[in-house]
Amino acid sequence: MFEAIAFYLFAALTIGMFTITVMTSQALYALTAMAAGMIFISAFFFILGADFLGVIQIIVYTGAVMALYAFGMMFFDTTRTMVEKRENPRVIFLLGVLAATLVVFILISPIVSGHLEARYPIDAAVGNSQAIGMILFTKYLVPFEVAAVMLLVAMIAGIVLAGKKMDKSLTLMAEEEIARISAIQTSQDAKEGVH
Amino acid sequence: MEIYLYIALFAPLVGSLFAALFGATPKTMLTGIVASGLLFLSLVSSAILLNYVMMGHTVHVEMMTWIATGDLYIPYGFVVDQVSVVMMMVVTIVSTVVHVYSIGYMDHDKGFNRFFSYLSAFVFSMMVLVMSDNFAGLFIGWEGVGLCSWLLIGFWYHKESATWAANEAFIMNRIADLAMLIGIFIIYWNIGSLQYDVVFAEIANLPMPIITWIGIFLFIGAMGKSAQFPLHTWLADAMEGPTPVSALIHAATMVTAGVYLVVRANPVYDLIPDVGLFIASLGAFVAIFAASMALVNRDMKRIIAYSTLSQLGYMFVAAGLGAYWVALFHLMAHAFFKALLFLGAGNVMHAMHNELDPFKMGGLRKVMKGTFIMMTLASVALAGIYPFAGFFSKDLILEAAFVENHYIIYAVLLFTAGLTAFYSFRLVALIFHGEERYKLFGIHPHEAYKFMLVAMAPLLILAIIAGSFKLSYFELVTNLLPAVEYHIHHPMTYWMITIGTQLFVILAVLLAYKKYASWSSVPDGTSKLENCFCYKLLSNQYYIPKLYEELFSKPYRELSRIAWKQIDLKIVDATVDGIANLIYQTGEKTHTMQNGNLSSMLRWMVIGLVVLLVLAVAFTVGYNAVTMRAM
Amino acid sequence: MEITLAHYLVLSGVLFAIGLIGVMRRKNLLMLFFATEILLNATNIGFAAISHYYNDLTGQMFAFFIIAIAASEVAVGLGLLIVWYKRTGKIDLDIMTSMRG
Repeated sequence: MFEAIAFYLFAALTIGMFTITVMTSQALYALTAMAAGMIFISAFFFILGADFLGVIQIIVYTGAVMALYAFGMMFFDTTRTMVEKRENPRVIFLLGVLAATLVVFILISPIVSGHLEARYPIDAAVGNSQAIGMILFTKYLVPFEVAAVMLLVAMIAGIVLAGKKMDKSLTLMAEEEIARISAIQTSQDAKEGVH
Repeated sequence: MEIYLYIALFAPLVGSLFAALFGATPKTMLTGIVASGLLFLSLVSSAILLNYVMMGHTVHVEMMTWIATGDLYIPYGFVVDQVSVVMMMVVTIVSTVVHVYSIGYMDHDKGFNRFFSYLSAFVFSMMVLVMSDNFAGLFIGWEGVGLCSWLLIGFWYHKESATWAANEAFIMNRIADLAMLIGIFIIYWNIGSLQYDVVFAEIANLPMPIITWIGIFLFIGAMGKSAQFPLHTWLADAMEGPTPVSALIHAATMVTAGVYLVVRANPVYDLIPDVGLFIASLGAFVAIFAASMALVNRDMKRIIAYSTLSQLGYMFVAAGLGAYWVALFHLMAHAFFKALLFLGAGNVMHAMHNELDPFKMGGLRKVMKGTFIMMTLASVALAGIYPFAGFFSKDLILEAAFVENHYIIYAVLLFTAGLTAFYSFRLVALIFHGEERYKLFGIHPHEAYKFMLVAMAPLLILAIIAGSFKLSYFELVTNLLPAVEYHIHHPMTYWMITIGTQLFVILAVLLAYKKYASWSSVPDGTSKLENCFCYKLLSNQYYIPKLYEELFSKPYRELSRIAWKQIDLKIVDATVDGIANLIYQTGEKTHTMQNGNLSSMLRWMVIGLVVLLVLAVAFTVGYNAVTMRAM
Repeated sequence: MEITLAHYLVLSGVLFAIGLIGVMRRKNLLMLFFATEILLNATNIGFAAISHYYNDLTGQMFAFFIIAIAASEVAVGLGLLIVWYKRTGKIDLDIMTSMRG
């Protein structure tokens, strides 16, 4: 009973939040609504007993991703309201609803669900975080490491792309050119040092 | 002995390839000499083999495997036995003579080297045909000679009529070859082998209808190659080729391949006397049919071609009546004197600057003594006057028909013998006797090169003396062929018939001389004779070419036109164009989709996703429905 | 009233549809990123629910990796967005037509 109330409540809230995110013309509203939606989603994880995932959801999305978007929005000067052109809204909704219906149909049809078998059963004796840790570092070790490398790559890419002087490529420049640039740089630093 | 077999077989091929090397270059005497030399080598080898075979041996070699799949095994096997060695001798002698002769005849032709290449290739194919020890090899040779015949008839390919004649010959032979191929398939289907020895050993065990069908289909093949009615029209038109070609291919060797086939397949035809009788009847019909057309024709080479046709009819009579050795004997004798006749005609043509109408010649014996003698003797041989070759062979056929009690065939053949004598000497008289009508046309005839006449001499000798080989020949070939002797038991009847025939023939010769030896004018189509119905019928070849034109060519052309206009343009082309148009129009209509706008691309992506999902659902539902029903 | 797997899957589907609508509707690149986040989270709910109802941790593993991917996507995507903004001063989807065929 409690579970049902929680489910419907959070379902309504999540759908509402995400609808605002998608529909609003104010970027700030969208961002806020999305952050809220993320937290509500973590509630589902908790209901489903995936405690660790819920925590991760809050930390990664609401903590890291939302912060990034917030910084991005500040950078992009969102005080200037952007006028978005709307084309064929009906087609868009039709497509979305159709896709949703089909996905739901496929997922709840007995063919798919009837054949599933637990490969890594949840052990009731250990906590969720512990069980995840055990599987993650045994069965999913390689994907985990790959994901780690991917995150590292993404981080470097973010820095490189958003950093300064990204219009110049050190790898493609000739040696003299690099030397000239570094000379300018040092002279600038020296001037700053004098001041 | 195998080495001689290989030399006899492959020397012409080497000659052909050698000549082919110089095919595109202007005349080089070397090619002619080399090709002729190699042919002579082949002749010598054949002679050695003949000697060997006469001592009672045969040579049978299997050079290598050709086809070996499943139960089908066909080797490149060659056999030199009593029958094939006779054919080899005929082929090599005539072709050697023709090669040497051609050096002179083709002297001024641009395609000198090409000619020798084709001619030697023909000899090689012919050797394959006669030496093969199985039906598949025979068929390869059969097609090979057909191809070379096509090349040589159309040798002067810039002439419209020559290419037309070449194609006609080729297509008519295709029709017959299809039947022959079917016959070979039936043999393989029922016996499981194509080797002569296996086939002939097994053939008697087959049910009668199958043997009959085999016999019929093989004979249809023979009909095409030997130009028997109703596939005869190509032979006269084939005279468009150079004269040595006519002598070698369309008189002495290739056209007799049909007779050779029937002779070779004698165990088959022995079992089906009804088909044999049909062959004999058809042969007799063709004999008189062709001879009648030769009576009025005004083209020297065509007359000789009809004569060939007529003589082939004689051979088929003999073969059909079971007198295979007689057929082969006439084949041999005929090859010699007919080749000689053609080569002589070639000399005349040269002298007359390619004029073919004998009415425009006359009195040539003064300038062309050698040719005159040779052609006269060849005509005597052809007419079958004692003691020339034709007498022995043709008389034997008549006797065979008489002894077998086929008196109608006998009568027809006898009458044809008279016709033969008449038209042969009509030709001789018109060309060599009478007034010198060629002067009206300002032609200065001259005798051919000496060496050409010398080259023809062996044929002349053989045409005269070939009859004397009869006994040794009989002993030789009857090792393989049924040794039926045709003797009229009552000596009185025999002498009456023989002398009667001789008298009849001589009478025909005299008649021809009387009528034509003092001919003085060139007919212009106004005389009474030329306007009577019979004459027109004969000179138009019984309107058979016209009939074929109306019956086959025109409907076929119409059909082709319909196929082109209706089927090809409106269905095939339209389909192809339609597909191309469809694709083009699709591209034209949908290229706005690719406007580069990321947003619309995303939208398309979602549409694609939805389509995929729909398909996934549809397939799953359908699959479940099917499996449910199956359960 | 029992909450079954189907409930979660329907919720997942609905959220996914909302994300799709956002993807198609938004012209602002930043908002487009928001929509993709919604898509990823919708699937995450589905995975977690299946994991729960089939008593299998694989679903949670997948959700976990999806979060990792989402995070890196945001990092790279924002970096690219900044570069684009520096060059054009706009983050409007309709001006991105360099992929025109």
